[in-house]
This record gives sequence, structure tokens and C-alpha cells, in this order.
Amino acid sequence: MIEEEFDAIVVGAGMSGNAAAYTMASQGLTVLQLERGEYPGSKNVQGAIMYADMLEQIIPDFRDDAPLERHLVEQRFWVMDDTSHTGMQYRSDDFNEAKPNRYTIIRAQFDKWFSRKVRQTGATVLCETTVTELVRSASGKVIGVRTDRAGGPIYADVVVLAEGVNGLLGTRAGLRKMPKPESVALAVKEMHFLPDEVIEQRFGLQGDEGCVIEAAGTISRSMAGLAFLYTNKESISLGIGCLVSDFAQTMESPYVLLDAFKNHPSIRPLIAGSEVKEYSAHLIPEGGYKAIPQLFGDGWVAVGDAAQLNNAIHREGSNLAMTSGRIAGEAIIEIKGRNQPMIRRNLALYKTMLDKSFVVKDLMKYKDMPALIHTNSRNFFMTYPQLMSQAAQNFMRVDGTPKIEKEKATTAAFIKARSRWGLISDVVRLALAWR
Amino acid sequence: MTIAVTKLRVEEKLYQNRYLVDPGRPHIKVRPHERPSANLLALTHICPAKCYELNDKGQVETTSDGCMECGTCRVLCEASGEIVWNYPRGGFGVLFKFG
Repeated sequence: MIEEEFDAIVVGAGMSGNAAAYTMASQGLTVLQLERGEYPGSKNVQGAIMYADMLEQIIPDFRDDAPLERHLVEQRFWVMDDTSHTGMQYRSDDFNEAKPNRYTIIRAQFDKWFSRKVRQTGATVLCETTVTELVRSASGKVIGVRTDRAGGPIYADVVVLAEGVNGLLGTRAGLRKMPKPESVALAVKEMHFLPDEVIEQRFGLQGDEGCVIEAAGTISRSMAGLAFLYTNKESISLGIGCLVSDFAQTMESPYVLLDAFKNHPSIRPLIAGSEVKEYSAHLIPEGGYKAIPQLFGDGWVAVGDAAQLNNAIHREGSNLAMTSGRIAGEAIIEIKGRNQPMIRRNLALYKTMLDKSFVVKDLMKYKDMPALIHTNSRNFFMTYPQLMSQAAQNFMRVDGTPKIEKEKATTAAFIKARSRWGLISDVVRLALAWR
Repeated sequence: MTIAVTKLRVEEKLYQNRYLVDPGRPHIKVRPHERPSANLLALTHICPAKCYELNDKGQVETTSDGCMECGTCRVLCEASGEIVWNYPRGGFGVLFKFG
């Protein structure tokens, strides 16, 4: 089918693959991008929040025509028990700026737009094409791919693996291990449609302003997990995710959790009367710095979710994906410019450049958080949310109990649940992991 | 809650989705077994599309038509050889309208 040889083959048309393909093709490299979906985005799932800065570095004028939903002016963090939520909220008019910082997006639409931009740079994008195997030379260098289309292998100097969190190619070829069940979360999500003015009324928004709620607590039934609600223009993306290892142990059903979250008294009125148009599921890399696999080798690099580049603490993924894709592209351009071969020693440049970026620095900062949260999920996602809710209610409710007694009762509840030593140790371990 | 109610709930959700099923080519297969492992058994509860079910002999079977290709079962059961997981052929499988 395709006889010629490319400078680069990019496997996957998500955030990282599009960033890599765009970067390389816009600098004149011959790029073939392969996507197994019917159209770019048809296999991709995200919350989704898109971070402007990282896209600006690739497509500076993206705001002119990218399908953006709402720019975020408000963020709510909720700790929930079964009937309540205790919240922290930040809203600022400063986020109503000429070039807003964060947007909600709908991935299927956004990815189609991004892919159009990739095509405009001259890259060849082939959809409905599943890459089945990496082709390697006698010495083991990756020299191309085989697909499920008719015809032989397609060759390239370098293959960019942007195949996502559940990427088969890299694991089957032994380039990296399969993610461990405690290093990935399973998230389920629904798209709830409502008229835009209803969304604006319910969340106190004007025009394209948007609001985000992220919630943890008893909704994850003692599993390490997080629920979210993002406002789009005429829809609300709503979902919940927990570690796969915790799901396997508790045998909780994700759709039961999702329906319980939707029926929580703090959430139900926000989505009342909505029409659900899609239910999706996806894995999210949660292992952080310690779960990052080998990122490069002879004839290949791995980017985005395929490389587990996701900041679970800040719930950032698409920006790490875009940035790793761009940096991989820039490294490849540099190596090609020097007329050097795409071998392991030279492609190490990608990792050197990535290490200097926020991507690896942020993941390094939180390197101990995944293990802490994973091994203490019951405390962080059940005990503390319940205690916090009881303390808040005790503080608010006026019932003639002297305040000094109320305070003593709250303190006693914390000590009874976790012990003095347990409380101190939780605080210290959290502080150390956060530092 | 009965299994029937749970199943109905998932089917209602999956009904919203768009799929192009590749007839006769399921992309997930369960290896024949006498008794399922703990992880394989867990899939009957935790698969978000409820693709895994117990038959009356206590063995786990799969029907992957509603699969959303998340990979949870692959993470839990591929390494042990209990399931064989491949992507659907290009263009087939779930087609997210919104994602």
C-alpha cells in the first residue's frame, strides 16, 4: 500500500501523537500517523480539561478555531460523605482574560480539529488502521510497523509510540511492562446534556465561563479514587475513577459508583433533567514518577499515556501528553538535523529534554504520593472524609451544646478513629510526600 | 441489589454508545478454565461494560460487543494468560461521539 519510507511513524492520534506529528511535519519531516479509530478521537476519552500554555507552544493561535467549551473561572474541591460535602472553592475574575489558562473540551471534537492541523502541516494521517506489530531489524532496532491493512510493512527511521495507556505494541515488543493494577485507575464517565442557560444558572456562570468540581470521599467506598464534574457549553461531563487494584479487591462495580455519585444530594440537583448521550470508560496512569517506563530505544520513543506521563495529584494529563509529544518531535528533528541515526544513544536526547521540563519535574515532586495514597486508601477516602463532615456539621449545628464540649467531641472523634500517633504519622507522611 | 437490575443499568448506559461490531471476530477471548482466578472472577463485577459473566458451571465467559476498550481486564488477566486481548480491527469497536 505505502511503498515509501518515512522519517517518522506516529502510532496514535491523541494528544501526544498529534503534538509529535504536528511538531515534526511542520519542520519538514515526512510523517505517517496511524490511528485505529474511524476518526481521530473516536477511541479517546478524557474528562476533559485542556491547558492553554502547552497547546500555545505547539499552535500559538489555537483559540482562532479550536473547539473549546468553557474557560474555567472556578474550581471546587469537595470532600464528601454520604449526605454532605465539605468544600474549598476558588473563583477569580482574573481567569476572564484575553487568553484564558484552562478550558473544558470534548475530546472527539478537539481531536478532529487537532488532526486537521496535523494534516495541514503535510503529515499523512491514516485512520481505521490498527498497528499490529513493530518491525525490527536483525540487530533489534525498530524500523517500521505492520498494520491490519493489506500490504507489507511500512518503514521509518523512528516510530513514536503514542498508543495510549492501554498500548499493546510497546508491551508486546518488550519495550515496557504492562502497567500494574495499582498504577492505573479505571474511570467511567457520562455526558449529560442541558441547555447552556441552565448550566450557567446552576453554576453562576456568564457566557463561556466554566466551573469544575473534583470530589473525593465515601463516594469511592474506601477505594483510592476521585469523582469529577466539568461544565461544557451545553453538557456536563461527570465521572468517577478508582485504582484498578482497589476495584479488583473490593469487586465494586464502576457503574454502581457512578450512579451513586449522580444521586448524591450535592450532585443530583446540578444534573437534574439532563439527557445522557454517552457512557465511556478509560484507564488513567496513576503511578507517577516511579512508574515511568523506558522512554526511548533503538528506533523508538514513547510519549503521553503510553509512557505513563500523568500527574494524578494535579489531575493533569493532556498537557504532559502534548508536551512529551512536542519534545519527542523536537529531539527527533535535532537528531535528523545532525544527520545522525535514530539509535538509542541519540534518542536519549528526548529524555534529557523531558527531564528539564515541568513534565518530569512535577512527577518527581510527587514521587512518593501514589504509594502513600494506595496503601492508606481507607484512611484518606473513608475515615477522614467522615470525620471532616462530622466536624463541620458539629461546628455548624446550633443545639445548645457548649462550644468547648463540641470541640472536645470533634477532637475525641479524630483520636478514636486514627489514634494520636496515627494522626501525627498521617500528617508527617503526607507532608513528606507532598514536599 | 439483584444482578438483573445491575445488568439492566449497564445495558441502558451502553445503549447510548456507538459501536461498529466486527461479526465473528471478538477482540477478547477467555481461555477455557475449570475455576476462575480471583482476578478473572472480579471482572464479572468490575468490567465497566459488564462484558464478563459467570455461566452455570461457575466459569467466566465474555461477550465483547459492548466493550469500551479501557483495558482493565488486560491489566488484571493478560499476563496470567487467562484472557487474550487484541484491539479490534481498524475502524471497528467502540466509536466515541464525545469521548
